[in-house]
Amino acid sequence: MTLKTRGRAITLLGLVFLAGVYVRAIWFTPVERLQGGAQKIFYVHVPAAWSTMLAFSLVGLASILYLLMKDERYDRFAAASAEVGTVFACVMLTTGPLWAKPIWGTWWTWDARLTSTLFLFFLFIGYLLLRGAIPEAGTRARYSAVLGIFGAALVPFIHLTVYLFRTLHPQPIVLKPSAPSLPGDMLATLLFSFFTFTILYVGFVTQRYALGRGDSHVG
Amino acid sequence: MLWADGVRHRFGGVPALDDVSFTLPAGHTLALFGPNGSGKTTLLKVLAGLIKPSLGHAGVQGGRGAIGWIGHQSLLYGQLTVRENLRFWGSLYRVRTPVLDARIASLTARVDLREQLDRRVGTLSRGQTQRAAIARALIHDPSVLLLDEPFTGLDRVAASQLTALVKEFAGAGEGRATILVTHNVEEGTELATDVAVLKTGRLVEFMPRNARTAGQIGARYRELVS
Amino acid sequence: MGEILRDAWVLARKDLALELRTKTGLASALVFTALVLTVFNFGRDPTAVAALDLAPSILWVTFTFAAVLSLNRAFQLELENQALDGLLVSPVDRRALYLGKLFANLCFVGFVEAVGLPLFALFFNISIVHVLPPLAALIAVATIGFVAVGTLLSALVIRVRFAELMLPVLLLPFFIPPLVGAVQVTARLFSGRPLSEVSGWLRLLLAYDLVFVSLATLLFPTTVDE
Repeated sequence: MTLKTRGRAITLLGLVFLAGVYVRAIWFTPVERLQGGAQKIFYVHVPAAWSTMLAFSLVGLASILYLLMKDERYDRFAAASAEVGTVFACVMLTTGPLWAKPIWGTWWTWDARLTSTLFLFFLFIGYLLLRGAIPEAGTRARYSAVLGIFGAALVPFIHLTVYLFRTLHPQPIVLKPSAPSLPGDMLATLLFSFFTFTILYVGFVTQRYALGRGDSHVG
Repeated sequence: MLWADGVRHRFGGVPALDDVSFTLPAGHTLALFGPNGSGKTTLLKVLAGLIKPSLGHAGVQGGRGAIGWIGHQSLLYGQLTVRENLRFWGSLYRVRTPVLDARIASLTARVDLREQLDRRVGTLSRGQTQRAAIARALIHDPSVLLLDEPFTGLDRVAASQLTALVKEFAGAGEGRATILVTHNVEEGTELATDVAVLKTGRLVEFMPRNARTAGQIGARYRELVS
Repeated sequence: MGEILRDAWVLARKDLALELRTKTGLASALVFTALVLTVFNFGRDPTAVAALDLAPSILWVTFTFAAVLSLNRAFQLELENQALDGLLVSPVDRRALYLGKLFANLCFVGFVEAVGLPLFALFFNISIVHVLPPLAALIAVATIGFVAVGTLLSALVIRVRFAELMLPVLLLPFFIPPLVGAVQVTARLFSGRPLSEVSGWLRLLLAYDLVFVSLATLLFPTTVDE
């Protein structure tokens, strides 16, 4: 089985699971008392944030490994992870407002997770724009790796900034129900969704990586 | 002394240098000819340490501090005077101040730029700028000279002045190993003790010049590249 | 280490000499800063929002824009006559190249801030004299962070298409943590609140400087060498 086919199979599996998540979330998970049906978007929103974070961390890791080993496969992986991460960030950033509007009457809130993901989104876009502007593969890989490492170093500062800002201006915590205090069924759906999104990440990145292998002079 | 050993280099997917190997002892001047895109500049950059080759090794005896580089750009700062430029570059190459000032004086005299020492480089003519570039390249008394098409954009007079200077500084008595990349077969041959031809990254010819004339070398070159 | 610092100083001195010669870079940055402050003044309704509420943000957004503008020109100086290649051929340590640029950029941006700050106090009628020492220290700490990252990223974009547009896009996410921290501390200073309230932000600023100066110094050689 080629890598592309394997990737496609994993993605398909992930999509099937995703359908399962939807079914479970809509029909087999209790409705949250305070927020009603709109709360169910949480089962997509939170795992999307998790996938974005995962994608970004792996871009950072792959960047370090590329500079150490000079193996272009790490660079290709980083590029694939960045593209997939951007997609997940978009999912998270669109489900956020969709959730916030019915609950809070406002499309956007500067809550910790939305803000952090917005930053990751900007970093991803910058990374992809840089890649797009360098035609030569070796230079592109090297510069992307440097930017990737810098971005990874920035993330703790983003979290710290958001944390310090929030202690100044306490945000409503409705958008961040913490996992342990969730009742069993909701927790189960959430965990299943985390698992599904991870599968989707693996599937998408595998396919993108396999595509990248085909045209190594375009990348 | 400088050498290349099995140097291969690719830019993206394109091979720029293909198994280049040679040695050039001190006192020799190598004229390197080749069509556009044959890898001449890449080879010089590999020797200078600007590019790390995909495979193989190349280098000069004495490392970076022993290299004098002259390209078609002057590598000088237009807003600074000739003297300031020479002081700056000399300082970077660790030439001590008393030696530096003496060398500035003697070099600018040899390249006929004494009058221009305190003029900004941006106000000099192209010929004068290239002569200043030579002074810059020699400020640290390098044992290797790498010249990448230094005659570009020079008129006849300036070009022959430059040729005379290169002959003087790269001459056998000075003990330097010199590579001159040029399109101009006449000028190249006049200065060379050895001649080489690069074609699509391969060194297809490397021979001592002996007594051959520019005409003979030119003919051999045309033979090789067609 | 001493040699690296010495070389960095020689390089920084050269950059500062170049800036003072042309003056256009400095003049543009100063005029730009004054214009931004003017725009901010006309962009607000003085009856609706007190100057003191917006002032810290206005000050720091102005400084941020001025910094990005200044960083754009940082390596442009080396592109004229390909002096950058000259620097890379020389034996100078690449980290000295970074530190030299960093220092020169800090002087440049620092000068613009030193002129911008009294202008800001004038335009918005904010008394800063009584908090000048801590404010100056804060500006120094935050600026080091901006310029450390900006110097490296400006080296990254010189060989890239659309460099002037790419630099702000890449740079601004990196500016946000020190920017937010600086605004918070400035707000405390202006309203006479004790600095102990913002110890978290101060620590963030210092940690940011430490991390990014180190990281940039470490990664700069990879950025400029092929």
